[in-house]
Amino acid sequence: MSAVCSLFQLHDESREYGMGDYEGAQARWCPGCGDHSVLSATQRLLARENLPPEKTVFVSGIGCSSRFPHYINTYGFHGVHGRALPVATGVKLHRPDLHVFVVMGDGDCISIGAGHWIHAIRYNVDMVALLLDNEIYGLTKMQTSPTTPQGYVTNTQPRGSYLPPMNPIEATLGVTNASFVAQTAEWVPAHMLATMEAAYRHPGFSFVRILQRCPHFTDDLFGELPKHPERVQLLVHEHGIDLEALEGRFPNRLAHDPADLDEARRLAEDASVIRLGVFFRDDSRPRYEETRHLPAYTAPEKLELLERELDRYAV
Amino acid sequence: MSTRLPVVGDDPVFSAEQPSSPRVLERAQYTVEVVSDSGEGAQSCGQILGTVSAKMGNGVWTVEIIPAEVQPPPRNPAGASGNRVRIGSGPVTNWGDRTDLIVAFNEQALLARHRLDALEPGAVILIESMWQDHDDEGIRAEWSAAMEELGAAGYRIIHVPAHEQCLALTENPYLGKNMFMLGILTELFDRDTALIGAQIRHRFRKKDESVAERSIDLLELGIAWARENLDFRVSVPPVPGDRDMVVMNGNQAVALGAVAAGMELAAMYPITPATSVSHQLGEMFERFGGIVHQAEDEIAAAGVAIGASYAGKTAFTITSGPGLALKTEFLGLAVMTETPLVLVDVQRGGPSTGLPTKVEQSDLLAAIFGQPGDAPHVVLAPATIEECFHVMVTARRIAETFRALVIVLSDANLATGVQPFPRPELDQAWIASAPDQSPVPEGKAPYAWDEQTGLSQRFIPGQPGGMFTVTGLAHDERSKVAYTSDINQWSSAMRSRKIAVLGQTLRPPSLNGDDAGDLLIVGWGSTKGAIEEAVARARDEGLSVSSLHLTFLSPLEPGLAEIFSRFQKVMTVEINYSDEPDGPFVTHQNRRRGQLSWLLRAQTLVDVDCWTRVLGEPLRPGAILEVIRSNCGAGGER
Repeated sequence: MSAVCSLFQLHDESREYGMGDYEGAQARWCPGCGDHSVLSATQRLLARENLPPEKTVFVSGIGCSSRFPHYINTYGFHGVHGRALPVATGVKLHRPDLHVFVVMGDGDCISIGAGHWIHAIRYNVDMVALLLDNEIYGLTKMQTSPTTPQGYVTNTQPRGSYLPPMNPIEATLGVTNASFVAQTAEWVPAHMLATMEAAYRHPGFSFVRILQRCPHFTDDLFGELPKHPERVQLLVHEHGIDLEALEGRFPNRLAHDPADLDEARRLAEDASVIRLGVFFRDDSRPRYEETRHLPAYTAPEKLELLERELDRYAV
Repeated sequence: MSTRLPVVGDDPVFSAEQPSSPRVLERAQYTVEVVSDSGEGAQSCGQILGTVSAKMGNGVWTVEIIPAEVQPPPRNPAGASGNRVRIGSGPVTNWGDRTDLIVAFNEQALLARHRLDALEPGAVILIESMWQDHDDEGIRAEWSAAMEELGAAGYRIIHVPAHEQCLALTENPYLGKNMFMLGILTELFDRDTALIGAQIRHRFRKKDESVAERSIDLLELGIAWARENLDFRVSVPPVPGDRDMVVMNGNQAVALGAVAAGMELAAMYPITPATSVSHQLGEMFERFGGIVHQAEDEIAAAGVAIGASYAGKTAFTITSGPGLALKTEFLGLAVMTETPLVLVDVQRGGPSTGLPTKVEQSDLLAAIFGQPGDAPHVVLAPATIEECFHVMVTARRIAETFRALVIVLSDANLATGVQPFPRPELDQAWIASAPDQSPVPEGKAPYAWDEQTGLSQRFIPGQPGGMFTVTGLAHDERSKVAYTSDINQWSSAMRSRKIAVLGQTLRPPSLNGDDAGDLLIVGWGSTKGAIEEAVARARDEGLSVSSLHLTFLSPLEPGLAEIFSRFQKVMTVEINYSDEPDGPFVTHQNRRRGQLSWLLRAQTLVDVDCWTRVLGEPLRPGAILEVIRSNCGAGGER
């Protein structure tokens, strides 16, 4: 890291944080909403990684899940719809010493913010991007999202969604310089926590799609899934996720090496089964912030340099 | 070399007999244009003449003549590309009215300038003569028609066989002819050849050395041709000043000003005419520890700047009108979250794609009022290249002190205009200090608004105990989402109050001319030089006119109503659209007025008139003088 960061490394590294240290305001999501379990898993991750709350920033857009930063005791930035990724990019570019997490819904990331999503994958700035995908617009009361299944009836498409849904994993894997792509489900907390941990530890832009129940509007989409583990296939690998504890519950397991991008794309495209696990990771991909080796100057040094710059324009 | 002096016209200066020594025209100021097809290098030629003149101690103002396309069709009037250089003994504050001498690489580019009324009656024309005997019959016919039209206008036309001459040194005179032409100008204006050579070498520093060497050979060829063939010279003696000067354009000044302000992150998306700021920054910002982020779009550029500002030092974004429109939602977020942010809008003609390379001042109201919802913030406009530098320091400081969005309105005229100005005396206090990382005292709120001023201390990520979530939702002083009815009223008042406080710290504007009189001209931004020159000329004629130039547009500088009350008539002069008062269907009530005029009427209840033009060029002092003449003592709309 550049010398700029050392200015900011003032926290007490000996301190140990517990889950309670990350408790924010009382969450106002609906009872049974998947957001609650993502929040718990995140707080557990932060405690496990012992991240100082003041050195951690959660950035979000607009939507149910984007209220997330209010409910966790770190720094938070609850911005505008679809634009969490540029804000997070600005935070990390200027302050590489901070731990940056981005929380987006499907409308936020895949629809109005799609342009930023594609480019954030390519920038590969070190941050964790969580796509909380309930396949519907919830906050504005049940409009079609890009991930809403074809034929699904909503208030904006009452004759059913016209087109096949966008596949965020497939799309992400298609972008140049993608470096970490995983899918998990909030109703499998152990898998979700392990995925988030792998994402946090990956150096670069870690994209995690979290399948998420919306009991209020789309209970019929994911609501029954927890009772049908046979419809889920776990992608397991020593460089991905392989949890012994899940072996009994999810017998359908596929060994997949996350280094294999072609196989990852093939698996992502096949919609016959819901796959959870790390599709792809490559820790060696170039990171945008690392391409910028910036000198750190004091104010007098800057003035001296600027004087020399002005000399070039002197009359 | 031909002994026939290629001259048309009957002025004795250009008699066919070579005089023993050239006649020297002594001038206090003189204007030159160089025009060519795009890509033939007229701009480099003009720029080098301007820069060297400034370095020799002359006052200078240069304006680029830019076609919209990179490579427009050749020999097309719409494709004229080049530079106007106004050289003075003293300071030059604007591009003037018309050019005294023009160097043209083809007659179509020349014709374009003639038809735009850019040439003084009797102006000297140095025209590349290769087209006269061109193989293509069509071209010969175009040449003849053009010469007929130009001849009828009474210019003094001198044929320059540049192509033929350059063939002695290069196989492709289209690349290099500009250096030959520069040689002619070097001789005509007695420019320092060492300085010219240094500029040429600097321009080609990234190319093979032979490129610069051949350019200098062509330059010398031009000098020799002029010595042998031109029987006049122009002398604009510099008046030596006692201050160190620097010379640059407005976009360069903005970039250097950002460094002087200690800013460390600029986020942008390429847009004319703002892009060259990022070229400049891209070239040097990282050497100062700064990042220039070229974002995927205008919106993201604003978002990255806001994210960086939120986490540390004030960042900035640069754009032009269409980009300002796209960034709007984020600007509202910056205001709502009270995140410091500087946005530089280098204005061009609009609406929509409009006139991308041409000057306009049409973004004023959009800059102040463009954000849906009530979004009080600061808008200021530099009026000179020098102010483009210093405004960045001012903007950064205001943004931080007031936790505010500051929009800086530059324009295409300042962006590409080159002018010498006193070298800034750099001050360490200008440089942003490192972000506060000290622990936040228990119980302190992230928006602990001072009831009197609306000001509060922002918390920056990394500060222990300061954890909170900024939000674009209406919120209370703890940044908690507003669920009761009174919070939005209160927080809106706090954000607005900051702007009132800033307004109270400003001084009333000073007047150029008498404190009272028949007519007061009010301007803002890059028109200052032209307005003040026009006022000076009008006052020399005995007219009772003064002018006033505003830097702060939001909040407005104080005391305006009182100043206005001392004049019979007040009117703005601006480069934006307004209805003519006597236009069809236009009434005093429904007339759409100049944007500053609109603002001043609302804020002062004075019936402020306006005169505005959107010709895609800077205002000419002569045109403003006409306006002054017809409005002095007339009372106008008042």
